Amino acid sequence: MADVVARDLHIPAAGRQLTLQKFARRKSTIAFVMVLPLILVVAGLVIYPALYAISLAMMNKSMQYFNIFTAKNNFAFLFGRNTFWMVVEQTVLFAVTAVIFKALIGFIAAHFVHNLPAQGQRKWRGMLLIPWVIPPAMSTLAWLWLFDPSYSAFNWVFAHLGISQVAWLGNPYWARFCVILVNVWVGSPFFLIMYLAALKSVPEQLHEAAAIDGANWLQKIWYVNLPMMRNIIQITALFSLIVTFANFDIVKILTNGGPVDQTHVFATWAFTLAIWGNDIPLGASVSLFMAPMLAIAAYFILRNIRRRGNEA
Amino acid sequence: MTTATAEAAASQGRLVRYSSISRGRRRTLYWSYFFLIVFVIFFLTPPVYMFITSLKSSAEISAATNPWWVYHPTLSNYIDLLTSNQYLIFFRNSALVSVCVVSLTMFISVLAAFSLARMKFWGSATLATGVFLTYLIPDTLLFIPLFKTFAFIHDKTGIELINHWWVLIILLPTLTVPFCTWIMIGYFASIPKELDEAALIDGAGYIQMLTRIFIPVALPGIIAATIFCFTVSWANFLYPLAFTTSADQLTLPVGIVTTLIRGDVYAWGQIMTGALLGAAPPLIIYAFLMDYYIAGLTAGATKG
Repeated sequence: MADVVARDLHIPAAGRQLTLQKFARRKSTIAFVMVLPLILVVAGLVIYPALYAISLAMMNKSMQYFNIFTAKNNFAFLFGRNTFWMVVEQTVLFAVTAVIFKALIGFIAAHFVHNLPAQGQRKWRGMLLIPWVIPPAMSTLAWLWLFDPSYSAFNWVFAHLGISQVAWLGNPYWARFCVILVNVWVGSPFFLIMYLAALKSVPEQLHEAAAIDGANWLQKIWYVNLPMMRNIIQITALFSLIVTFANFDIVKILTNGGPVDQTHVFATWAFTLAIWGNDIPLGASVSLFMAPMLAIAAYFILRNIRRRGNEA
Repeated sequence: MTTATAEAAASQGRLVRYSSISRGRRRTLYWSYFFLIVFVIFFLTPPVYMFITSLKSSAEISAATNPWWVYHPTLSNYIDLLTSNQYLIFFRNSALVSVCVVSLTMFISVLAAFSLARMKFWGSATLATGVFLTYLIPDTLLFIPLFKTFAFIHDKTGIELINHWWVLIILLPTLTVPFCTWIMIGYFASIPKELDEAALIDGAGYIQMLTRIFIPVALPGIIAATIFCFTVSWANFLYPLAFTTSADQLTLPVGIVTTLIRGDVYAWGQIMTGALLGAAPPLIIYAFLMDYYIAGLTAGATKG
């Protein structure tokens, strides 16, 4: 098709007006044809299911719509259940704590890597990114083995140091700690890389100026690096918040929601209800509670894109 | 003369200052190395422990000796897994799914990104932003309605979509296409307009412009997007867990979790070996193409 267009260009001056018009029309046609597969995938496999989830949430277990005027729907049922509120609490606790620690570790480690001489940085960065490269399902298995009730390698070390044994995944509080720890372990390399890229873009003159003014290292970080990196810090934290909010692999493999549903997050609870409990509409309603978080993130990201568009 | 003494005093002062700064820098460097070693220990403990366990026989594991050391290293776990038909089937399924998803995604997203970045048409800017927003919708929100839709398709047309490994080729692009398109738009937009104007004047069509100019110039971006795409489709756990159940249809992550863990009996030596081998392809790609990998990682957010 494009060859036809290319040949049209060579048609001599007599028909130029007409062919140029045709050409313009064809350009947008070609453009649309090229985007068409994308539109089909996004509309058919993302937009449609997302809307269908809303529709599903209004049905009962045998796939009939609830009468909207009666209070007996999925949401009323969920709001009346203690487990639901526990899942909400755990998801928020899990996502917020994990993102804060990921950002802190990433920020600190990025500064340490940045301090090194340039030729040594590559090696360290390479080692520090490994947790992010291993598929999370695989590395969570390693953590599961490290937390094993009878053969825990951590408990072996603790026994030799004279510290009492910990029931890592058996105790609800420790189990919550463990899922957050594993998530921080998987996610902080991503922050490290993003913050390191941001640090590299801070001009060295600013640090020199700050040094001449007598700023110490903390002041340099607080008054120079933080403001310069603010945009990246925000956008990375936002991205990570979305991903952590929707996390599935780690909780599913490590605790599967237990002990007694204490570590369930929205995704794993929705899976349990929909696939194992065979109540697809109820599962869909639970998974929809991830949407408000998405809406907030979408708002901030759109604002960010628009602001940058104006700057350019 | 006064200026000379002042200069001398200043240079002396600078000398003293200078040495203290360099001493400060050296101290900073030592502390940096110290804390980086701490971080590396934290980050590398699980993979190293995986490797240690994979070299142990089940007898040594259940003997509960020092878990951080191998007394009788053996390769039996590796041999067992690599000769077991089941594990090779998982590996084959994963490889086929990843290769197909990567080709499909790159085809769709390179075409779309070229069109959205260069051939402006009505609604193209909105579409580009919209594509990015769909990237934010997680698979954990999509799998339930997709599952129901597939069951519905089966009821209406008799085509069974659930419990086939190839259904993942349809599903996984939902995760890869939006992001790849987004980063390819960024790379294509950074190519100077003069290049494609020159091509147009030389009589190139749009497809020629894409294959002769955009793809070669944006090759680093394409490699980065391909790596991202491969990592995502190799690592995905939720879709295969929800959509496939028979042992011969599973991909690697789900296969290891569901078949090597039988009830409460954990064959830890084999599980760790399987997980390590399953993590090997992304790790090998990362080892050789680290710069592209990192470029893809940072492009997504910085080009926003």
